[in-house]
Amino acid sequence: MSTAAVTDKRPNSLRSGHLPKWSPWAIAGGSVVVAAGIGLGAGLSSKVEWGLIAAILYVLGTFVIATMVEGKRQAKDRVATSLVWVAFLIAVIPLVSLIWTTVKRGVKVLDPYFLTHSMGIVADSEPGGGIYHAIIGSLEQVGLATLIGAPIGVLTAVYLVEYGRGKLARAVTFFVDVMTGVPSIVAGLFILSLMLMLDMQPFGFAGSLALAILMMPVVVRSTEEMLKLVPNELREASLALGVPKWRTILKVVLPTSIGGITTGIMLAIARIAGETAPILLLVWGNSFINNNPFSGAQQALPLYIYQQYANSSGSTAAYDRAWAASLTLIAFVMILNLVARGIARWKAPKTGR
Amino acid sequence: MAKRIDVSGLTAYYGSHKAIEDISMTVEPRSVTAFIGPSGCGKSTFLRTLNRMHEVTPGGRVEGKVLLDDEDLYGAGVDPVSVRREVGMVFQRPNPFPTMSIFDNVAAGLRLNGSYKKSQLNDIVEKSLKGANLWNEVKDRLNKPGSGLSGGQQQRLCIARAIAVEPKVLLMDEPCSALDPISTLAIEDLIGELKERFTIVIVTHNMQQAARVSDRTAFFNLAAVGQPGRLIEIDDTERIFSNPSVQATEDYISGRFG
Repeated sequence: MSTAAVTDKRPNSLRSGHLPKWSPWAIAGGSVVVAAGIGLGAGLSSKVEWGLIAAILYVLGTFVIATMVEGKRQAKDRVATSLVWVAFLIAVIPLVSLIWTTVKRGVKVLDPYFLTHSMGIVADSEPGGGIYHAIIGSLEQVGLATLIGAPIGVLTAVYLVEYGRGKLARAVTFFVDVMTGVPSIVAGLFILSLMLMLDMQPFGFAGSLALAILMMPVVVRSTEEMLKLVPNELREASLALGVPKWRTILKVVLPTSIGGITTGIMLAIARIAGETAPILLLVWGNSFINNNPFSGAQQALPLYIYQQYANSSGSTAAYDRAWAASLTLIAFVMILNLVARGIARWKAPKTGR
Repeated sequence: MAKRIDVSGLTAYYGSHKAIEDISMTVEPRSVTAFIGPSGCGKSTFLRTLNRMHEVTPGGRVEGKVLLDDEDLYGAGVDPVSVRREVGMVFQRPNPFPTMSIFDNVAAGLRLNGSYKKSQLNDIVEKSLKGANLWNEVKDRLNKPGSGLSGGQQQRLCIARAIAVEPKVLLMDEPCSALDPISTLAIEDLIGELKERFTIVIVTHNMQQAARVSDRTAFFNLAAVGQPGRLIEIDDTERIFSNPSVQATEDYISGRFG
């Protein structure tokens, strides 16, 4: 060979240096210890600073040790892995901390009495009372909003994916995008202006309308993505059997994607269940039980939490109730998500033999 | 029951792109007609114009005439949905409906059309599955999902689904290209049986397959990439494979193409 200029960088043996399986844990432990030492030595009081130092040490330590033992390529791989882990932890820590704090403070007054009584005769600064009226209000408002928002959203998505061509479809897509960015207070103000024009008093259904406006774009977006996932071959198979297009959509396309669509709707419900601003404007809040969403002010969980915090002039009993209501709200959303996952798994196209 | 297809002067477009140009041919009833030709020459496009599936593709449109026993498929007031009930189709890749059981897959055409009597449904499903040589393999698991079958079984399930609605013509777009030789043999045998009842048109890339299953063979070709595909010749399969009248056909069949 006349051109043997390229040096072979490969190691002589296929079994080059290897870090043992436990090494990432050891490096992580080591960097935490070193970070604690640096923190104590430098007198840093904030644990956040300790954590960040530990994270940086972990990434750097991984790189240095892996380079020494395993070589450049594996070191890059390990650094990428450790970065992913660090990012994951940074994302998860606030979440865990939030749930932990809410559970710790929420369970104090969370009992059957709390869930089945209203604040009717209890002043905001006194202990006792409950959130029954807020649960009823939230369920009714969110339920009605879903009844309006979910069908419109799903049908819009069906139009966009199955029929939409040209200018109208592009306009609809554009306005859905714009609606996604509408702040909840603006949706509330929109309905409020209608209410003022018609000279109406606050009532639950007005809140539902605002929530439906917030819900629709979320449902449209997620449903659209799910419908696009349905293979075109299935549509063609159905059309080739002489099935009209609308029946194809109804009996083949929607059933195939129903799991994903349900998940999308549930996530949209979870989003609107925590909205406070439109409720504050349109439903007003009420310490008494009002089962009728079409007449009179109602309560809702997010608004209840806010009012317990704001109107109680620092009373511990009110703060406890606010935390317990927060826990209820989180549990409500969590249960919805679990239900959605259950439905998605149950309805997903079967692959089993 | 089987019907004759008469195509005259058919040209199909995708948007402004002309995919096939000026095709005329006759497909005899109760026979198998095979389309062969290089990729991109418009065989599948032409097949899809025969049951108006071409226009399902965005931008797809067709000029010319397709007569199904003297009735123009592209005549004014013809409903593409009723055309597709007369002219069924089997696709390249098996595509059973994933949400449905084997039974529901076969019954899908009838159920979704709403044109059936409940008491007949069991008989029709059994008859169609037997017609597709699949009955013995699935009769004990009709309620299991269709996607749990093997590729060859799924393709026969799709054939059963297509013949359950009793079409007059059955179009097959490379039905064996995703299958192993044994499943291919099963489907070829099936085609031999089905031609007693249906007019069958099959697109294939496999020359031996065309020689084995078809009575007549049509050769398609395109002058150059970007040019529309054309029908070069159609004749009895024996003649096409032994003594074709056009040199290009002989070159393609004997592998001297390009």
